[in-house]
Amino acid sequence: MYFNLGSRLYNSTTLTMITVENIHKSFGDNQVLKGISAEFKPGTTSLIIGGSGSGKTTLLKCMVGLHEPTEGIVSYNDRNFTAMSFDERIAIRKEIGMLFQSSALFDSMTVEENIMFPLNMFTEQAKKEKLERVNFVLERVNLAGKNKLYPSELSGGMMKRVGIARAIAMNPKYLFCDEPNSGLDPKTSILIDELIQEITEEYDITTIIVTHDMNSVMGIGEYILFLHQGQKWWEGSKEEITSTNNQELNDFVFATKLMETLLKK
Amino acid sequence: MIFYHFGKYILLLKSVFRRPEKASIYKREIFKEMVDIGLGSLGIISIISIFIGAVTTVQTAFQLVSDLIPKSIIGSITRDSTILELSPTICSLVLAGKIGSSIASQIGTMRVTEQIDALEIMGINAPGYLILPKLLAGVMMIPLLVIIAIFLSITGGYFAGVASGAVTAAEYIQGLTTDFIPFTVTVAMVKAVIFAFIITTVSSYQGFYTDGGALEVGQSSTKAVVISCISILVADYIIAQLLL
Repeated sequence: MYFNLGSRLYNSTTLTMITVENIHKSFGDNQVLKGISAEFKPGTTSLIIGGSGSGKTTLLKCMVGLHEPTEGIVSYNDRNFTAMSFDERIAIRKEIGMLFQSSALFDSMTVEENIMFPLNMFTEQAKKEKLERVNFVLERVNLAGKNKLYPSELSGGMMKRVGIARAIAMNPKYLFCDEPNSGLDPKTSILIDELIQEITEEYDITTIIVTHDMNSVMGIGEYILFLHQGQKWWEGSKEEITSTNNQELNDFVFATKLMETLLKK
Repeated sequence: MIFYHFGKYILLLKSVFRRPEKASIYKREIFKEMVDIGLGSLGIISIISIFIGAVTTVQTAFQLVSDLIPKSIIGSITRDSTILELSPTICSLVLAGKIGSSIASQIGTMRVTEQIDALEIMGINAPGYLILPKLLAGVMMIPLLVIIAIFLSITGGYFAGVASGAVTAAEYIQGLTTDFIPFTVTVAMVKAVIFAFIITTVSSYQGFYTDGGALEVGQSSTKAVVISCISILVADYIIAQLLL
């Protein structure tokens, strides 16, 4: 059965899932990930949370192929990504969009050129079509008309939104976000979170966010994976997270005075 | 340690020569780099070359005190030392400082700000996209700069020699045209191509594997210049041994 979501046709039987099985990652003698397994479902915003040094960014980088796991398998819709060569991975990488902690915009290019870059590289579309796509995604992230600005002329929140626009320009099936709220004020953080969730639902993307921001967890966390000392310590939903007896998770969740006060109320 | 880095450097080069995703984009990047490397370095190369030629002529004249040696030999010495050594090697050492540090800091900054990760996530061969255009542009433009440097250096020597009275115009030109061996120009071009390869790839390697922040970018840039300069001098000796 086919149905239309935004600009892409989906087959309900090919909705995409990411699975990680027994992922280990070491840097020299330092073992960062110790056998993590999880499933990330399509159309769902999944959050990987944990304290600093818990291995959440390392896990994300193993999933997208920026780090090679020492052991274990990462699969995209049953395709073993870990076993693939560089050339074989290109097909999957074209289905991935990623928002980086630092936004990672190409600073020698304008907003328009940044978003158009993957389209230039991988499509044979006419310039007019590519420009239409750029304007569409810019409008989607509420940055219409900012085409000619350079990254140095943008605020932190705008850079994140351009990062999202670039990540979704190629109609990705998977969206990875590394600390999308870092360096942003609480209001802008919420706007970015909402934008990511809207895009996830609108285009049925499998979205994985690495964060330690509890506002994000309580706002958009449909599936939450808590890492502690490189291990999967807890998994569940945002509804379950406040009622768990897991000591380490409670220490993390209620570390701020705000969360503590809210819980007391 | 040296073998570890050499192996990593060879593996990086292997990635650089992987098939480009889209030739038209690479072509545009190559032209952009040619302008940066070629035109961007023309000013400094011109100034250095004129003075190298001038100093070579004046110092050669100073050392030729015997009346038994014809003054025209000053032109020949300036020509040969300029073509064989001074223009290719000194220009390449200067370019290692100018282009090498620029390449290393540019790629290094892209590494620490996750821009290289962004390229890789998109499915783009980052070493190919970032390094190949610089390498090809360098290999095309640095020999051209060396040819210009040779002409300017010989011209600088002419004006300095005539202006100081060390040699007459006729003697200098006679020296230039006597016993000229065209093979010396081939040697100069071989040197220029190999030095261009060293400058662009060594600097790219240093930038590509930068790890850390702004401080490490600066360190990579310094290392790129130092290692390029040493490699150029070693390669210079090997080429001289093999070809002359």
